Order: sequence, then structure tokens, then C-alpha cells
Amino acid sequence: MLDKNGIAKRIAREIKDGYYVNLGIGIPTLVANYIPENIDVVLQSENGLLGMGPFPFEGDEDPDLINAGKQTITMLPGAAIFDSAMSFGMIRAKKVNLTILGAMEVSENGDIANWKIPGKMVKGMGGAMDLVASAENIIVAMQHVNKAGESKLLPQCTLPLTGISCVKKIVTELAVLDVLPEGGFKLLERAPGVSVEEIKKATAGKLIIEGDIPEMTI
Amino acid sequence: MNKVVKDADEAIHDIADGMTLMIGGFGMCGLPEKCIAALVKKGVKELTCISNNAGLDDFGIGLMLNQRQVKKMISSYVGENVEFERQLLSGELEVELIPQGTLATRCMAAGYGMPAIFTPAGIGTEVAIGKEVRNFNGKDYLMEMAFDADFAIVKAWKGDTMGNLIFNATARNFNAVMAMAGKVTIAEVEELVQPGELDPNFIHVPGIYVHRIFQGENYEKRIENRTVTKR
Repeated sequence: MLDKNGIAKRIAREIKDGYYVNLGIGIPTLVANYIPENIDVVLQSENGLLGMGPFPFEGDEDPDLINAGKQTITMLPGAAIFDSAMSFGMIRAKKVNLTILGAMEVSENGDIANWKIPGKMVKGMGGAMDLVASAENIIVAMQHVNKAGESKLLPQCTLPLTGISCVKKIVTELAVLDVLPEGGFKLLERAPGVSVEEIKKATAGKLIIEGDIPEMTI
Repeated sequence: MNKVVKDADEAIHDIADGMTLMIGGFGMCGLPEKCIAALVKKGVKELTCISNNAGLDDFGIGLMLNQRQVKKMISSYVGENVEFERQLLSGELEVELIPQGTLATRCMAAGYGMPAIFTPAGIGTEVAIGKEVRNFNGKDYLMEMAFDADFAIVKAWKGDTMGNLIFNATARNFNAVMAMAGKVTIAEVEELVQPGELDPNFIHVPGIYVHRIFQGENYEKRIENRTVTKR
């Protein structure tokens, strides 16, 4: 089974040389720590920055320089600043190659719910609806089951949707799965020490298992 | 073309109950904190505020919420404010949550003189309820209207007396688009200079969009999430 850093590490392997990548809040933020050093990647922060760098050294924090999670950050050489409209302009125009975000639920046809629990939490969708509606390559980083032990990979989402038919790949503490265009979660890899049976038990939506499922290498 | 006013109190003097305000910033970053303080002091009520976030409990728009000055918030993300959530769940506060890109682009449309935009954000979700859907090249888009705000209140790094603005780092965020979108735009700046002192090649918002400008003193510039790397 993977911990949060393990999920981030596995997702980092999906990032290709030359990619512009948008990382959501939570586990996706950790992905930045595991991007291979031999590839050239630019991180987009939707509050208006390309070329996001690591957190600043203590004492160097700049209140004018934050990421979408409102964390203090730095800029790498070659960084560019722009306003919020242009930021979502480049997202809508599909200039960002990969979007990695968290989710509360994903359905077997790629619908995602990650912004609202009716009557309980009220936070808002932030940029998530814009990202999932436009991005062509979306990876979801999340736990396979919720705190109540219920599967988050469902036939249909039960929570208010963030977007429809958009998630392409899911990485959880148990598995890597593709969401097929015709519907269904195709099991690609097992997390270290996790059996196919365990993944079956934790997946409520249609799970497609073909042949031997390899254990992932990180 | 001198747009200079004395201070925040003078800049907001004619903001009245029931008006619609755009307030720039992303979280605490680039927040027009002087104008917000003046609005809290003035005590105007029944306001509709268009702002990406709703402030913290003790800073930003949160200060206006604490005094029940806000009737309606139009925002994309509001998760940092306990009082906000309480007022929303109890029905005291009306809230319209909209996608962040939609929020930014509805501001942009106002500043560009376009009545509406089409965006895929929100298709198939509750955001789409009651809105016109148009299909272009096989994909559905929502029609979203340009905002119509009485005032836009923004914070810039530098500005000149003619209202030309330059922002610093990610404090540009919603400030640059909202500055272009208000019927009346108020800009508070950290440094107010004379015409000619700013390089015209590096103006982010031309002064034609800005109606009032003043220099604020002693910015608090609060950091919401201080994250650092160990040396």
C-alpha cells in the first residue's frame, strides 16, 4: 500500500519531458517533489504563474508570491506572471499538458466530484471546474476508499459533480487505473503488497481486469 | 488626468448600501486592505461582493462579513473562513460559487466590452442550471454574462497619478482583470509616482480604466500559508 508520498511518486512518472503541468491542492502538490531531474517541466499555478519553484528559505517568504493553495513559493528562472483571466485562458486553450488533482469520487465514465458535500462542507470549486472541463490529460490522486470505508470509485458519483467524462487515470494507495472511454476502471498496476482481491473489494464501479496485474515500481 | 484622491476614505466615499463591488486579490495576496478597512469603518451594508475568496475571519472581506455588511458573495473558493460558513449555512448570507476561470473571464469580458463569454467550465454540473448551453465544434459551452459592478477595488504595486498600474508577482491575479471591469475603479498602490516614471512598456493596466488612485501606508500583507524550505 502506498502512502501519500508514494502516490505522488507514482504520478510523477506520468510527467513527460516538455510538459506544462498544473498541480492541485493536497497530494498533487507533493508530486512536484518527485519530478525526475532529467526532464524539463514547467509548473503552472492558476493564480497566475508559470515556472513555480520550491518553497522559499525561511526569511525569504514574499506575501506577493504564492501558489493556488496560498502557500509561499518561489519562481524559477524563466518564470512568467500573468493575471487570472490569462491563466484560465491558457487552461481553456489546452496549453497545459497535464492536470493532477484530488477527488472525493470518480465514476466509471470519468465524472469527478471534488468540491461540495451538500449541507456540510462549503468551500467552492476554485479552478477545478475550469481545469477538468478543458484539460485533455487529467490524473486523479486520491485514496481508494473514504474515511467511512466506502469506495470512491463508483458506478456513478453521488456528490455534486465538478465535471463529466474527463478523468483519464487514477492513482490511489492501492492501484493505478485507467478510466476507459467506453466506461469502466481498467486495473493497470497494484501497489506493493496489495492483491487484486483487495482492489476488487475497494472498487464499487465496474473494474476491468485483464491478465496478470503487475505490482508497480516506484 | 489626475486621478489622485487623498486616501481610502475619500476613494470609497460614494459607495452606498446595496451596491455591487469587485474586490481584487487571491486569498490575502494583493488584497486592497486599505479600502476594505475604509468600507468596514463606513459601515455600508447590503453589498454584493465579487471576489475570488471571502477572506479570513480576522482579515480581508471577513472583516466586512463580521459586521454583516455583505448580502451576497460571488466567489470561487471560500474554505478559509468559519464565520462565512456559519452565515451561509444559516441562510444569512447569499453565496454564488462559480468556477475561478469563469469568475476571471466574466471580469475580463466587462473590461473588454463583451456582454458574455462561452466556457466549458460547469457543463453537466449544478453551475449549468438555468444557463444557455451552446455547442461549438461538437463541444458544449455555457454562456456566462459579463459582470456589472458599480465599483472595482484593486491593489497594485506601483501606479502613477494618471492611473497606470503595475502589479508585483502573483499579486496581479484578479486585480488586473477587475481593474478593467468596474464602472468606477479604485486602485490603492504601495507607491504612487508621477507620469513618466513608469516605463510604458511595462504597464499592466492602462490608466484609462482607473478612476481613483491613492497610496496606502503600512501594508500588512498577511501570509495565509507560510511554507518554507529548511536551509
